[in-house]
Amino acid sequence: MVGFLATPLANVGGVTPSAGSEPTSPVPRQDAPLGPLGLTGDPFRPAPSAGRSRRRVGRLGVPLVLGGGALLLGGCNVPTFGAFRGSTVQGHDEFKLWFGTTVAGLVVAAIVWGLIFWSLARYRKRRGDNSIPRQFSTNHILEVVYTTIPVIIVAVLFYFTVVTENEIDAVSSHPAEIVHVLAYRWGWRFTYADSSNRPQGVVIQTTAEPSYYARAATSKEYPQMVLPEGETVRIVLTTNDVIHGFYVPAFNFSRYAQSGVTNRFDFTPTELGVFRGQCTQYCGLYHAEMLFSVRVVSATSFRSWLSAEQTTQAAAS
Amino acid sequence: MTAIAEQPLTGGIPPHARAEHAHGPTGLMKWITSTDHKVIGKSYLITSFVFFCMAGIMAMLMRTQLAAPDNTVVSQHAYNELFTMHGSLMLYLFAGPFAFGGLANYIVPLQIGAPDMAFPRLNALSYWLYLGGGLTMVSGFLVVGGAADFGWVAYAPLSDAVNSPGAGADMWIMALVLTGFSAIFTGVNIVTTVFYLRAPGMTMFRVPIFTWNMVVTAILILIAFPVLTSALVMLWCDRHLGTHIFEVSGGGVPVLWQNLFWFFGHPEVYILALPFFGIVTEVIPVFSKKPVFGYRTMIFATIAIGALSTSVWAHHMFTTGTVLLPFFSLMTYLIAVPTGIKFFNWIGTMWQGRIEFTTAMLFSIGFLVVFLFGGVTGIILASPPLDFATHDTYFVVAHFHEVLFGSAVFGGFSGIYYWYPKITGRMMHEGLGKTSFWLMFVGFWVTFMPQYLLGLHGMPRRIAEYPSVNGWTGLNQISTAGAYMLFLSVFVMVVNFAISWLHPVPASANPWDAHTLEWATTSPPPHHNFERLPPVRSERPVWDLNHPEHRTLTAHGATPRPEPALVGQGAVGHGAVGQGAATFDPEDRDR
Repeated sequence: MVGFLATPLANVGGVTPSAGSEPTSPVPRQDAPLGPLGLTGDPFRPAPSAGRSRRRVGRLGVPLVLGGGALLLGGCNVPTFGAFRGSTVQGHDEFKLWFGTTVAGLVVAAIVWGLIFWSLARYRKRRGDNSIPRQFSTNHILEVVYTTIPVIIVAVLFYFTVVTENEIDAVSSHPAEIVHVLAYRWGWRFTYADSSNRPQGVVIQTTAEPSYYARAATSKEYPQMVLPEGETVRIVLTTNDVIHGFYVPAFNFSRYAQSGVTNRFDFTPTELGVFRGQCTQYCGLYHAEMLFSVRVVSATSFRSWLSAEQTTQAAAS
Repeated sequence: MTAIAEQPLTGGIPPHARAEHAHGPTGLMKWITSTDHKVIGKSYLITSFVFFCMAGIMAMLMRTQLAAPDNTVVSQHAYNELFTMHGSLMLYLFAGPFAFGGLANYIVPLQIGAPDMAFPRLNALSYWLYLGGGLTMVSGFLVVGGAADFGWVAYAPLSDAVNSPGAGADMWIMALVLTGFSAIFTGVNIVTTVFYLRAPGMTMFRVPIFTWNMVVTAILILIAFPVLTSALVMLWCDRHLGTHIFEVSGGGVPVLWQNLFWFFGHPEVYILALPFFGIVTEVIPVFSKKPVFGYRTMIFATIAIGALSTSVWAHHMFTTGTVLLPFFSLMTYLIAVPTGIKFFNWIGTMWQGRIEFTTAMLFSIGFLVVFLFGGVTGIILASPPLDFATHDTYFVVAHFHEVLFGSAVFGGFSGIYYWYPKITGRMMHEGLGKTSFWLMFVGFWVTFMPQYLLGLHGMPRRIAEYPSVNGWTGLNQISTAGAYMLFLSVFVMVVNFAISWLHPVPASANPWDAHTLEWATTSPPPHHNFERLPPVRSERPVWDLNHPEHRTLTAHGATPRPEPALVGQGAVGHGAVGQGAATFDPEDRDR
């Protein structure tokens, strides 16, 4: 449990939530402006007081305490249950919620499955037994208990959902970079702009013709979005035709692109590497080929990549 | 008909009612012209099972296509038609009509001791609208450009005239208008029947849970389907009359479609689930030899699910960026509470019972085990941040198959095995039934567990092919192998039908020692259902008749005191029903 709390507490000081595992490279978190007392304005973010955290532990129930304990002890080595750990600050926040919810869900499932299988084994009809069991049909106290417990469980899950959601949906007032993403049938266009939303003359676009086979998302026909590690980048997502889904699995994030709606969200990458991206909302014939990738490089490499692209693209046009 | 329900039933069916059917049409003409709820119910059951098999074959084609990267079993266009029609057939033409059109039609009047539905001709109209709608939808495959290919949700603007031209899309829209009216009419019929045609003594708190669930389902249908039908008409106007309701270019709002569709679509999920919850709630008590645990809690839980299901629609739209996330998240979480209550009630029913593992019971247990995991992953998806990571991936595909397949197929097949003797007067082969169950149970997990993992690895739904570098091949192949097991399981069940058709094993009136009124009449029931009715003094009239010394205990564990007969019921006492028909005789059951 305490592992859950360690993250928001660390954030107050402007340290990345993954600080526990990566003490050498703290990434400044820019989307959480500090309040007058040095705290964030988010009412769902816990204040850094030990008493508060102890109360919270009491409300969580055994499953989350177990799960959180594992998170604390193992740092980021907790089991993922098949999910991505999240290569952005926001994606890692999602992963922690995923871990806690999944552990809680599996514990509940195991208990209920246990009750089902135990009663099947214990009360199965024995050969030759034609007796009629006791015909009881109600127990009001028990019924109140098993109504109340699920209410408490979902209240706890809902609390953590709102906390995490506010972290993920928070948008910085000063993003380091703004990338306008246009989704269209069947491709992507990434247009770079600076923090004041002035175009920087860099446009990356799908060049593949729709065929029959989807290639690897990283092949050069599909566009690659380059992002700086440790800096918060704003994505502005639109489309001019049908609905598309902008999805980067490793970032644990997707959002619809819809005509008439402009969606804005932030990524703060924490991990270098190339990540697959794909359209998730079915958009017609070649939906399966609407691919892209994201390459996260260091902040300095990003600047040199950007200026090289500016030169190349200016020369080409 | 009303007169029969209100009169004392001493005389059985009035002679003129028999004469009415004595020289009626037979054979095909009887089937076409019948307004008997049992004939219409059987028509629904058979028609929806045929659509189920068609949709299943489409699923097999899709799983075969996905068994290898860059596969070419079907073209991308054909694949898009397949998943659209698979979803549409399963949801609109199988799961709902099978339970709500078929089983409800057949069983509800029997369970409340009514001679027929309240509006028999309207009932027949419902069936013919449904059949017409269904044939319209599937004949989309025959027109130029093929069937609809915009997914079963038909999101605007993909479903507009520019992006989805062709007659197949229009046929899909009109088919849903027809089946929508069919569902609305059946909803009106069920509500009226249960409220007005109950047998003497059958108070609302003695109505079997299956019928209760059908009432709540009917009310949900009356809330949800008119919205869908209106939205479809708007979509059709956009396509053909030049309106711009869902198009930005004319000042319209595309996301309005999603709101309207899911305002139908989420109640629809419970319209599909509640009838099957009802089936399971009939089967588990009978084969545990106990009354249902928490009868009233069960009813309140059903009503709570119905009420909450109208306020969760936007959890399908978490990633649109246009909805208030915490509200819809909270409402979605809260649905887990009444569903959890139902689970504990089912367990409480089995607790200290004497559980008999018939095929019907096995399928109900399969439902419990499968649906529980679907519920847990539903809780995960109720959280917007977790939905951001898994939306439109195979995680969601696995989740909704687990809940919908869990209820409609495990619950539905449980209902088939349970009521087949009543409907046909024949027993099914238990050995083949159990073979079919185990194939389905194992095949189910083999099919859908890999899909959860594929979703978490980032595989989107509705893609016709994927490159080998993504590392999805192995899991997809396991999933496809499981799908073939499911196919085999349904095939075994069809063989079972054929055997019971060719070598009938007669069924008695009450082969399972069941509880409710449908087992008080012959198998199959005569015209207008009952010669006589047993007295209704609890929610288990047939059990009370057969086991007068084992009546349901009160909350304090006491034996209930005998209740006085209602006015007008004096002549119908214990033993009024001949011991031959309704009484359970263990030797009777031929298995």
